[in-house]
Amino acid sequence: MSAILAVLQRDLMVVVRRKSEALTALFFFVIVSSLFPLGIGPEPGLLRKIAPGVLWVGALLATMLALQRMFAADHADGTLEQMAISPSPLVGLVIGKIAAHWLVSGLPLVLMAPVLGLQFDLDAGALGVLMLALLLGTPVLSLVGAIGAALTLGVRGGGVLLSLLVLPLFVPVLIFGAGAVESHIAGLGAGGHLSLLAALLALSVFFAPWAATAALRIALE
Amino acid sequence: MSKQLTNWFRFASPQTFYPLAGKMIPVFWVLAVLFGVAGLWMGFFVAPTDATQGEGYRIIFVHVPTSWMSMFIYLVMAGWAAMGLSLNARLSSMMAQALAPTGALMAFLSLWTGAFWGKPMWGTWWVWDARLTSELILFFLYLGFIALQASIEDPRRADKAGAILALVGVVNVPIIYFSVTWWNTLHQGASVSINKSPSMAMTMLWGMLLMALCLWMYSIAVALTRVRAIILERESHTEWVKQLPETKVEVAA
Amino acid sequence: MLSAHGLSCVRGERRLFAQLDLAVDAGQWLHVRGENGAGKTSLLRLLAGLAQAVEGEVRWCGRPIQSAESEYRRHFLFFGHQGAVKEDLSALENLRFAAAMDGAALPETQALAALYRVGLRGREDLPIRVLSAGQKRRVMLARLATRKARLWILDEPFTALDTKAVDLLATLITEHLAGGGMAVLTSHQTMPIAGGLVVQL
Repeated sequence: MSAILAVLQRDLMVVVRRKSEALTALFFFVIVSSLFPLGIGPEPGLLRKIAPGVLWVGALLATMLALQRMFAADHADGTLEQMAISPSPLVGLVIGKIAAHWLVSGLPLVLMAPVLGLQFDLDAGALGVLMLALLLGTPVLSLVGAIGAALTLGVRGGGVLLSLLVLPLFVPVLIFGAGAVESHIAGLGAGGHLSLLAALLALSVFFAPWAATAALRIALE
Repeated sequence: MSKQLTNWFRFASPQTFYPLAGKMIPVFWVLAVLFGVAGLWMGFFVAPTDATQGEGYRIIFVHVPTSWMSMFIYLVMAGWAAMGLSLNARLSSMMAQALAPTGALMAFLSLWTGAFWGKPMWGTWWVWDARLTSELILFFLYLGFIALQASIEDPRRADKAGAILALVGVVNVPIIYFSVTWWNTLHQGASVSINKSPSMAMTMLWGMLLMALCLWMYSIAVALTRVRAIILERESHTEWVKQLPETKVEVAA
Repeated sequence: MLSAHGLSCVRGERRLFAQLDLAVDAGQWLHVRGENGAGKTSLLRLLAGLAQAVEGEVRWCGRPIQSAESEYRRHFLFFGHQGAVKEDLSALENLRFAAAMDGAALPETQALAALYRVGLRGREDLPIRVLSAGQKRRVMLARLATRKARLWILDEPFTALDTKAVDLLATLITEHLAGGGMAVLTSHQTMPIAGGLVVQL
């Protein structure tokens, strides 16, 4: 446990020293979400309709952008190798890294979403559901994305390949996440969608770290 | 009993499997042609004209079998890859690698035939119904597998990484299918669905089954041919490959 | 205590070495020699359990390392070509983090003492990226001094070290061996340590 916290703390310290990297995902989210109204037109009814989908796709793309750097830096300077031969179980260290990644690339999206949602004229209830859905969904993206990041470690064409690999796996999160906000707006209640998101989260917390660890060991061979 | 087992395991080495595969390939081609002829005859001549959709519906005799095969091949491919990973067996991983392009082809054909069905029926080339969308995602899963293996230079690492990806995909396919079905029923704007197929006459079902068997035999034949090529490529440094007539290079005197 | 039996290594299509046997006991060290590309790094990575051998096995205290991985990892320290430090953190932070990952708490006084011993006094709080290459490698020396490991597996440890640091590393290794430790080292150069068993690839 202390090893997990040590990794978490270390990754956060590195991010604090290198602030520019951390803001990439957030920046991208803001830009993508702000471009859509410019491209589609300012009519509020239409914007309200597309808001859940647009915001979720923006969050998805922003997360994909940030996935590459989950293991790449540690792989390049040799610290990942040290983690693989450390007495602490690698799976724990991987969980620490995924948690750090989510805190830096996922949580800011959750916090930023209400602000962006206002651009689309969403009401307070919808904004609340959006935040909750992103809170449940973005960790799933980090967890599942970690598998892709581990598989493509050090591979040529890594970024595009990574996106191709994780895109199909992200689809359920997108569907349930955007669906939650849409059903709330339609008056049907977001409960069902949010429970499904929670189920996905539970599933990924149990399985994704193991798959990512196995993929890392293969990449380090 | 154990002697029988060791006899089977003998074929787990590329060197012994290569000639065995070579002998099996023509058998499967013959079966494929037989089933294909039977299936097409049933589909195009025996099955009755549909009341609502006319003759155009007959494309389901290609569309449905290719969908079935695309999903079946993914499962088999993941199974071979898992075996290669857990038993550290090179040949099993080569089988998975050999199956992937055929599976991708099936998914691609399924999407195309779906489009060709949709156009005359409902006037659009693409319809976001649950099954077609899931098929599209399955196609991307195949592409991801092929791309990952192609980008990793070390063959053993490519085998193992592909196996992890295939297993993650297998777990996710039901989840993806469920989520897409959910999404589709929620957005009931487009009420057209390729699932609303004509009520099945027995002859239609037979036609589809025969075509499915045809595609199955075809896939095995093609996969075996491809795995032989993969074996030659990956074992090119071994003595037995260098001795094969097909790899002997003529040296100008 | 560390032994290897019938080890073979394949890289791509080339067989680097086959049927290699070796053994190291307390107080002994192994000098792995060979030209570039002969497989020295691959051998060390096999011994560290980072890679799996095509044939043969590595044993620690008679048991294959695969069967008791976490146990084995408690007993050895491995350093490859890279520095294995985070460039944005300071030497002190890197050292303490490495100790936390090993599951052993390292009090700041001990960490500082080690860093001073390897010649980084006054530089222990600077981010690693502003240090020179030789100074970066000295952090590895501090790690050797603070982590109590019975087996040291070091790949080209003398690279980028100046004469004083080379002497320091030689002293550390000699002290380690005298205390019953074991080491497996690779180097192109002649080693400033006496009495090693040679493995020629």
